[in-house]
Parts: sequence; structure tokens; C-alpha cells
Amino acid sequence: MLAELWRFLSLDAGYNAAVVVIGAAILGAGGGVVGCFGLLRKRSLLSDAVSHATLPGIAIAFIALALLTGQGRQLHWLMLGAAGAALLAVLAVGWIKNRTRLPEDSAIGTVLATFFGAGIVLLSVIQTMRTGGQAGLEYLLLGSAAGMLLGEAQLVAVASLVVTAIALLFLKEFGLVSFDEDYARAMGYPTARLDLLMMALLVAITVIGLPIVGLVLIIAIVIIPPVAARFWTDRLLPMIGIAALIGATGGYLGAAISGIRPNLPTGGIIVLTLTTLFALSLLLAPRRGVLAQAVRYLRFRLTIAERQGLLAIAAGQPVLEPLARFRLERRGWVTATGQPTTTGLSAARRTARDQALWDRWLEDYPDEAFASDHWASCPIDQVLPADLVAELDRRVRRAASPA
Amino acid sequence: MAQPLLRDVTTPDPVRPLVVKGLTVAYHRKPVLWNVDYTSPEQGLVAIVGPNGAGKSTLIKAILGLVPVLAGQMTVHGLPAAKAKGRIGYVPQRSSVDWDFPVTALDVATMGLYGQIGWLWPIRKRHREAAMEQLRAVGMADLAHRQIGQLSGGQQQRVFLARALAQDADLYLMDEPFAGVDAATEAAILQTLHHLDDAGKTVICVHHDLETVASYFDHVLLLNLKKVAEGPVSTTFTAENLQTTYGGRLAPSELLAAS
Repeated sequence: MLAELWRFLSLDAGYNAAVVVIGAAILGAGGGVVGCFGLLRKRSLLSDAVSHATLPGIAIAFIALALLTGQGRQLHWLMLGAAGAALLAVLAVGWIKNRTRLPEDSAIGTVLATFFGAGIVLLSVIQTMRTGGQAGLEYLLLGSAAGMLLGEAQLVAVASLVVTAIALLFLKEFGLVSFDEDYARAMGYPTARLDLLMMALLVAITVIGLPIVGLVLIIAIVIIPPVAARFWTDRLLPMIGIAALIGATGGYLGAAISGIRPNLPTGGIIVLTLTTLFALSLLLAPRRGVLAQAVRYLRFRLTIAERQGLLAIAAGQPVLEPLARFRLERRGWVTATGQPTTTGLSAARRTARDQALWDRWLEDYPDEAFASDHWASCPIDQVLPADLVAELDRRVRRAASPA
Repeated sequence: MAQPLLRDVTTPDPVRPLVVKGLTVAYHRKPVLWNVDYTSPEQGLVAIVGPNGAGKSTLIKAILGLVPVLAGQMTVHGLPAAKAKGRIGYVPQRSSVDWDFPVTALDVATMGLYGQIGWLWPIRKRHREAAMEQLRAVGMADLAHRQIGQLSGGQQQRVFLARALAQDADLYLMDEPFAGVDAATEAAILQTLHHLDDAGKTVICVHHDLETVASYFDHVLLLNLKKVAEGPVSTTFTAENLQTTYGGRLAPSELLAAS
């Protein structure tokens, strides 16, 4: 089985399978790129409405094709129908939001349910039709990479590439509008039109992904990669790159696995792959990850405990805080019975002097001290310039020795 | 003294950085600016002063095209304001953005150069260096690579100032740049304003602190729905004009700030 999976992963399972796997990878990358702007523009919920709203468009296109040509499964026409319905849904949400007092999430919920409901009804109509090919609609619900025809896979690959390229081309402008819309407008950018383009790309990638991921889960490829990528970086360009990589990995693995297990829904496999990558990012990312945050917090607590323990020693008081006792014992600054050692006493004197400088700073320059992230959490000469430290030192000495 | 609401600006003064005629703005049918005329000085530092809800921020936003205008004309260096976009350096009130957005201080300052870089063109090294130069000018070079949300309020304000400076505009509109900032930032902003003044630019700031108007600014526009007075601080920022602007809501100590 692994050997067989490798054949798909190394694009060695036939031309068709290779096109499908590559197409799915490009689709994932495009979802990641476009999804970044959706996430940063806080449009995640709207993309869910978009994906569900495609159903009636697909169904109507299918019925029309079946009646006119006798064959309903013609992907490009179905995609056009899906895109039309999705755009209609976006406009409907905007209209409700602007014309009523409903909040956006209620507007989205209403539109999503209405469109999806209409789609379900139309699907049952299709099932009663005698025309052939109605079985071919299910793959658009859950996604089936294995069942795709060559032309369909090529369509997905090329269309995803085009959408990704447009999104990358407008990177700077999309970033600006997402970060600070008013400023963009003041600079003369047509923010409404840029917004519309972002929305159109989101609709496009959603519709293109239908045959591989399916409309129920397509939202995952525009949401999970950006959210996972955000853990790894604080800058837009790397975030977009990482999101593209995560999305591509999801699409690539998902399509390959569904190649060896054609009866499994591809959409589900892609989403599970993406979720795994998301979970890894959440846990392991260096600065924003959960583990890194926990470690940083523990370190900070230890630093503070150590300082307060030493200050207690310097003041001739017993160290009571267990965390401080633990830390000072480990450093060999207090004995197991809590008595300070010689090195402990000198460390305590050093810290007390440092703390006196911090206190002086807080008293003399309260604004700066309050704005500082480091007040009394490290030696003062690591934060303040040497001349200021020297000046504070002079003031402390002057205050200590009566004139 | 009543002036007609709609007038034709046939002879805009091409020299003046900013000319506003008959500007009227309403939010949901409630007027917030009523028939405001204003001509900025040829250069210098101008404070817009008035009580809360007087329309100070709205005036700036109307000039920038950020709020719908009911009536009135605005010209920037003789051009209709709508055509002069990008030639006005704008420092917004420090609240309107998502602080968790993945941008660094340097990224934000670079945004001021987007007009110069042009549509779809990528940001080059020289642009980042130019933006860095502006961050240095406001004392933020050391923190250039910090994510914007990890800066203090005053530091964030300085980054937005650097972004406006990068635009290299002739006219600057700033919405309460001194509000809630630390002493170091206040000094940095003030120094920047003086540099702009020395370079012959016009800077118009919404300003809330009456005590510092006379020491920070040369000119003042007193506003409360309508224009109350405009002119040099020495002759316009008087106790009488302040009384009119604030409708007697000022404590005697606050009136002392006036000349």
C-alpha cells in the first residue's frame, strides 16, 4: 500500500493521476493565498456562506444542461452556475447588511440557509429526472479527486494557478486595504473595487475547488492554511508563503491518498491533513505556539521569583515562595534549610542595587518606566543606556548618603 | 452674515495648501459641520480646536474623502481635493486598525511609499531603506522589526507619523497626534512638526489640549459645528473666542491658556 501511495506522490501513477495530484496542490496553495486576505479581512464566515450558496447554482446549471444536451456533468458550466449563485449570495449579504439593522453574521446565516435549502430542494428534483448523469453531482458535495476526468483536473489546475497569480499580483494593495482601509482610501486607492476583487477571488477558488474538496468542506482550504500560517510569522509575505505551502501539502497528500483509496471522500482527507498541520502549528510554532508561550511564561515566573527571592534575602527576610526557594536552591544561593550561602548573599546585594536603580527610574521617569516591557525583569543596564544608568546610580547614592 | 449654502468656487487660490468653502457634512441627517469656510496659511502649524463632537475629525475626513459630503468644495494647492489624494499626508486617530495584523513597524512606514512605488509593483530594497529613514526620524529605528501590536501606544503613533512622512506631502492632516502619548513621543512628534514647518509644509492637527495650543502651533481654527474663528494664535486664540467655541463650558483655569 505504501509503495502504491509513493507512486501517486511521485507522480508516477499515470498522466491522469499526476494531473489530479498537481491540480489539487495548486488549488491548496491558491486557497492558502486567497484565504490569508479573507482571514485578515475577517471574512471567514462569509466564505462559508459562499461555499454553501453554490449548491442551487450547480443544481440549476445541471438541470439546464440535462434538458438541453442530455448530459448534466459538464464541469465548466456547473462551475459557472456555482459562481453565479455565490456572487448572488455575497450581494445579498451586503444588501441585507446595508439596508437593515441586522448584524453581518445574522445576514450571512440567513442567506447561507436560504441558498443551501434551495439547493437541497433542487437536488431532489434532479433525482426524479430521467436524464443520465445525475449520479455525477455527488462528487461536487464531498469531493472526489479519483473520479475526476482529465479535462476537469486540467481545468482545476489552470484556474487555480490564474487565481493565485492575480492574488499575488495585488499583494501590496490587498495588504494595505486589509490593514488600514481608511488610509488606503485617503491615498486614493479604490478600496471598494479592491475589496470586490478580493471577494471575487475567494468565490473563484471556492468554486474551482468543488470537484476535489466538495462544497461542504471547501471552506477549510481557505481558512485552515492561513490560520496555521499565522502561528509561524508576524509578517504578511511569509504568512502567505507558509499558507500556500500548507494548503499545497494538504491538497497534494489528500489527492494522492484518495488515489489509492478511491472510495474515501477526497475533501475529508484533505481537511484531515490540513487539520494535522494546523495542530502542529498551534503546538510547536516558535513564538505564538502554545508550547512556546507556556515555556516563556514559566521562564518569566522563574525570573521574577528569583529576583523577589534575592530581594527578600537582601532585606534579611526568609524566602517563602516555593518557586523562588526551588530556583535559589538550584543555583546554590540558599541551602536546603533556607539559609543564604555566601554567593547567594552577594547575588542578593547585586540584585538589591539593580532594583534600587529600577525604582529610581520609575520615580523620576514614570511615563517611560510604565511604557517599558522590562521594568525590573532583568538587569537595568541591559535595557537603559549606560549614561542614564550612571545618572540613576548617582541619584541613588546621593539619596542614600545625607548631604 | 448668513452665507448661501451652495456656491461656485470659480477662483480657487492656487497658492494656499488648503481651501474649504461651504463644507457641510451630516451623519444620519444630523449636521456635524455647517457651511464651514477655511483657508489655511501658506505654511505653518495649525491646530483645529473645539469641544467634543464639534466636527474636528470630520473636517479632516471630509477633505480626505472618507465621509460623504453634503455640500461644499475643497481644494488642495488649487486642485479639487478628490484629485489631490496621495498628496496629503494623513495620520489617523490611533484606533482604527487591527493591532494583531501581521505587519512590522517598517512594513507600516513603507505603506507611505505605495503611491510612489505604483500599482502592482513590488517593494524594493531602496523603498524599505527610505521607510527606515523616516522611522529613524521619529526615533523608531530600533523597533522597526517589531510587530505593530507589540509597540506601546506612543510608539505606534510615531510609526503612523513615519508612514505619513514617507509620503513626502506638502500638506499634512493629523487627527489628535498628541492624544494619550508618552513624553518621549510627544517630544518626537513636536520635533517632527518643526522639521515640517522649517521645510515649508503645512501641518493641520486636531488638538484637544488647550494649554499647549499656544506653544505648539502658529495658527488656529476654532470649530464648533460652524467655524468660530481662524487666524494666528496670537490674535485668534483669545478667551472671548474660546468662550464662543465652547459655549461657556470652560473652567476659568482653561481660559487662562488663551492669550
